[in-house]
Amino acid sequence: MKYIDEFRDQRQARAIAKAIAREAIPSRRYRLMEFCGGHTHAIFRYGVQGLMPDNVEFVHGPGCPVCVLPIGRLDEAMQMVERHGVILCTYGDMMRVPGGKRRSLTQVKADGADIRMIYSTQDALKVARDNPDRQVVFFAIGFETTTPPTAVAIKQADAEGLKNFSVFCNHVLTPAALGAILNAETPVDIDGFLGPSHVSTVIGSAAYEPFAGQYGKPIVIAGFEPLDVMQSALMAIRMINEGRCEVDNEYTRAVTREGNTKAQAAVDEVFELRDAFEWRGLGSIPKSALRIRSEFAAFDAEKRFPVEAQPVSDVKGCACPEILRGQKKPLDCKLFGTVCTPENPMGSCMVSSEGACAAYWSYGRHQHVSKQGAA
Amino acid sequence: MKLNLKTGKVDMSHGSGGRAMANLIQELFVKHLDNEFLRQGNDSAAFEMAAGRTVMATDGHVISPLFFPGGDIGSLAVHGTINDVAMMGAKPLYLSAGFILEEGFPLADLDRIVESMARAAAAAGVAIVTGDTKVVEQGKGDGVFITTTGIGIVPEGVEVSGDRARVGDVILISGSMGDHGIAILSKRENLEFDTTIESDSAALNGLVADMVAAVPQIRCLRDPTRGGLATTLNELATQSGVGMQLNESAIPVKPQVAAACELLGIDPLYVANEGKLIVICAERDAETLLGVMRDHPLGREAAWIGRVVEDRHCLVQMETRFGGQRLVDWLAGEQLPRIC
Repeated sequence: MKYIDEFRDQRQARAIAKAIAREAIPSRRYRLMEFCGGHTHAIFRYGVQGLMPDNVEFVHGPGCPVCVLPIGRLDEAMQMVERHGVILCTYGDMMRVPGGKRRSLTQVKADGADIRMIYSTQDALKVARDNPDRQVVFFAIGFETTTPPTAVAIKQADAEGLKNFSVFCNHVLTPAALGAILNAETPVDIDGFLGPSHVSTVIGSAAYEPFAGQYGKPIVIAGFEPLDVMQSALMAIRMINEGRCEVDNEYTRAVTREGNTKAQAAVDEVFELRDAFEWRGLGSIPKSALRIRSEFAAFDAEKRFPVEAQPVSDVKGCACPEILRGQKKPLDCKLFGTVCTPENPMGSCMVSSEGACAAYWSYGRHQHVSKQGAA
Repeated sequence: MKLNLKTGKVDMSHGSGGRAMANLIQELFVKHLDNEFLRQGNDSAAFEMAAGRTVMATDGHVISPLFFPGGDIGSLAVHGTINDVAMMGAKPLYLSAGFILEEGFPLADLDRIVESMARAAAAAGVAIVTGDTKVVEQGKGDGVFITTTGIGIVPEGVEVSGDRARVGDVILISGSMGDHGIAILSKRENLEFDTTIESDSAALNGLVADMVAAVPQIRCLRDPTRGGLATTLNELATQSGVGMQLNESAIPVKPQVAAACELLGIDPLYVANEGKLIVICAERDAETLLGVMRDHPLGREAAWIGRVVEDRHCLVQMETRFGGQRLVDWLAGEQLPRIC
């Protein structure tokens, strides 16, 4: 596959691995937080960690949209279906996340609710057009990558006069999450960041510049292919060695400093900042999420279908919050692999394939086993 | 009254046991599937079986869409069960077919499906010798469900079973992975995309016959259907109490399948196949088997993809094309598309 295979080339990987081994100073550690679930997935799926020297460690960040959505919001989506009888359209990742009372959308669907798994906001619009006598709610989640398509869908519904379509908006902002991690009470032990890939195509690399300088951490915008991750790690290690705390861009084939201004304009037109939003693992973060502007209130599911979910605490012992903050690894969680597995996930990090726990379990469990065997 | 195969629809009387049902059987099922057993008109088929080990397998088919590139529910129902019988090293002889039809289902579609079954069975040299038809009310079925059961005979000296893989054995597959699942996904109502991929749905009994004739001591055979190669290898590893080490570069995946998987965020190793098999054999038999497989039209792209290793945790691991090492786990839940 053109533009894909080049970034998964084994010889290149070996060459970069050698360069990293040369660059990394043996007497010190390099803890690099890869921000996105997409990076985490690539690291595990291609076995990138195994190609790194022992003193270069990837710490998994909060950039998995499913993982950071608080249970209460999921419960509210369930209420929209069960109390108001809407058709709920959702991205597939959300289907198996356990909500309050440990029920998932998959189970709610099995109990008779009309829940449709869709691939794009255009599918949700089609469901609305095809079912004019039903109310259709799109369960919008995700970072800045998925926000512009939601904005476009709302504008399209407005233009078409679609009366039965609305959006349950849960879109969140990446820089706010980065700020929350860097501002955490217990300082996070991280030397540098591999910054978002797809998100940055929209918001541009400039969005991270305040953080690099203010907090003294180099940030490298990193693509999602395994060679991107390795090259970015090399760039981050160099910056750390040079004491350079700036934003560098490895993913130049898609990311500019300004980002996609057209997409940004569409988002601005439809959405505005919330005062604060609850993040799973990171707590309430001011100005970290978007809501639908009053001009488009007719398409705001929160206004049309009143719901009130009780706040739900995470399962006792679940380390998802610490894992999302980069303070723990999945293997540090007592529930990992015992009561919490992908078949029976306790926390959201085990559900989405981008979640750190699911990636560890599905791709990296053998390392755990071999360590146990060696112990 | 004659059956209207152009515009007629299945109604409740077609499952009532009365004349309408008799008409349906004669004018549609017997017309296509005709053989001496069906012609006798009994409720069951009686036949002689040769001495030896007999294999029996059953498989329910509920696929959507009913017609897809490279096949339909009819051919799939025949291939699926023939393959389950063949994966014991057996020669499949007879099939039964049970139909659950939904009221309102177009008779023209049913005609097409049964004709396709007849063609698939004839091509595989297997007769459909008995069957059953039931009709459920509209909304209580999904057009048509077909359950087939097959029976076959294992040649003497052949003892294939999923628990026989031994450390040091070699893992081969008969061709490219993921064709069927991607062909089906490409036609799902909410997901149509353009691809030239056709389902690989095929009866593997001919290929298996050649393989067991050349290497009767084959240890394991299995078709990687639902859950794909990854899940099927995990089944075999667990059954045999061994681990497996694969080489990703050796696993054939068609570029169109790889591209579709890339787009949907799914892994071809977990995508269903309906005309491919996994074989595990002693290393000394590997080259012979590969030769036999590559000589058969359904095994042209046969490949040596890995080895059975010692592992009390029964894990399947893989050296990635990228040069890293990773686990190849069981499929958890359904394959769900990723968001970003």
